[in-house]
Amino acid sequence: MSQKLLLDAAALDIILHRLACQLIENHDTFENTALVGLQPRGSFLLNRLAEILKTNYKIKNLKTGLLDITFYRDDFRRNDEPLKANSTEINFLVENKRVVIVDDVLYTGRSIRAALTALQSFGRPDTIELLTLIDRRFSRHLPIQPDYNGRQVDAINNQKVKVLWKENGGEDAVYLLKNED
Amino acid sequence: MSELSVDNVLGIKYLTVEDINLIHKTADQFKEVINRPIKKVPSLRDITIANLFFENSTRTKLSFELAEKRLSADVINFSAAQSSVKKGETLVDTVNNILAMKVDLVVMRHPHPGAGVFLSKHVDARIVNAGDGAHEHPTQALLDSYSIREKLGSLKGKKVVIVGDILHSRVALSNIYCLKKLGAEVMVCGPATLLPKHIESLGVKVELNLKKALEWCDVANMLRVQNERMDISYFPSVREYVQQYGVNRELLDSLKKDIVIMHPGPINRGVEITSDVADSDQAIILNQVENGVAIRMAVLYLVAAKIRRND
Repeated sequence: MSQKLLLDAAALDIILHRLACQLIENHDTFENTALVGLQPRGSFLLNRLAEILKTNYKIKNLKTGLLDITFYRDDFRRNDEPLKANSTEINFLVENKRVVIVDDVLYTGRSIRAALTALQSFGRPDTIELLTLIDRRFSRHLPIQPDYNGRQVDAINNQKVKVLWKENGGEDAVYLLKNED
Repeated sequence: MSELSVDNVLGIKYLTVEDINLIHKTADQFKEVINRPIKKVPSLRDITIANLFFENSTRTKLSFELAEKRLSADVINFSAAQSSVKKGETLVDTVNNILAMKVDLVVMRHPHPGAGVFLSKHVDARIVNAGDGAHEHPTQALLDSYSIREKLGSLKGKKVVIVGDILHSRVALSNIYCLKKLGAEVMVCGPATLLPKHIESLGVKVELNLKKALEWCDVANMLRVQNERMDISYFPSVREYVQQYGVNRELLDSLKKDIVIMHPGPINRGVEITSDVADSDQAIILNQVENGVAIRMAVLYLVAAKIRRND
């Protein structure tokens, strides 16, 4: 197993600020917008973005939530690893809101498919957009593309993209892991 | 751990502490689901569940059926009153006939203790026990312990007294197993005629005086007087039972602390507990009912998670 650094802390910081600015460009004061992070890993990215939007760009009353898609996944009972549920924290109705789904890595697109179904349980949103930090293009199983994207990565299937956060793994970094066999 | 150690949920006796904790944790997520505007998830949409009730039940059946529908399972219902059981069909034949219609999971209530265990050895389906005679009622104990945990934070070292008809109660036995596994201290209290002999061997305390039992406990689980299971008189009159083992406001106020009052339902108001106790802030009876759906969703979800299609 070898690993290659894709993004270091400085590069990650620049990308987070760019993503925040792109969000402001489209959502202005975020009055009717909600950011929804996918559990478990999307929550770190969501918190960072929310922090930047609040402190650097003075966005007030930003609505954020966490969505767990375990019960909506299409690989229930098909995986060797049993699925483990996390908590969902959405304390607002998404009815007529502009929702931005936030997740760290976009790979096959199946999680996003599940998230689209899961979101329907909270009402009918006006629009849904997708923000991802890493887009593993050429790996998609479904016709799903991000509206806001940090970095595109060309990775083959036995490679893995690992996103680390200070809050979680001790450093801010993105690695590409390779199996050497 | 994120998988049950068993294929069927037949009784708390067969579950590990990790199983119980996993069911509670999963129920947390389902409790959030059933409080959403749209209370349904598609997890079990390719699973068919048969509810086989060989004995009358209203709330358990409703609770299971609602849990199944919230998980998007296909549901068929069967009750013994309108069936071929009356025509002399055996349990295994009845169930195999239903399974021939491609059912994946069976939820069964049966008047005979051990019916679930027996069935699990003779048919090829997952089984969830919804009460077997005076033996076990695992989902009730899971929701009772979940409700206590929700109210008091943890069960470790908590003192729970189960009051009333312990002899005929499957709720009592499942609760004793469950609470002991989670580290609570358990006492049973009731007329000597309604306490099984050698109940101490399960590691519970026995107390005949209700006031003393209530002074000792943090939680009192008041069981229903099950007139339908009593073939002989176990106490002289209902009035005498109420005087000795009924909980009223006065009795609660005479205690030094606020204890939590539970009841598995249906309540005989004025017998086990008076109306003012049943409707007070100390009672978590309706929380138990709400938690019942979440717990049953968790149990069905986790049992179904172990079904694999051979394709």
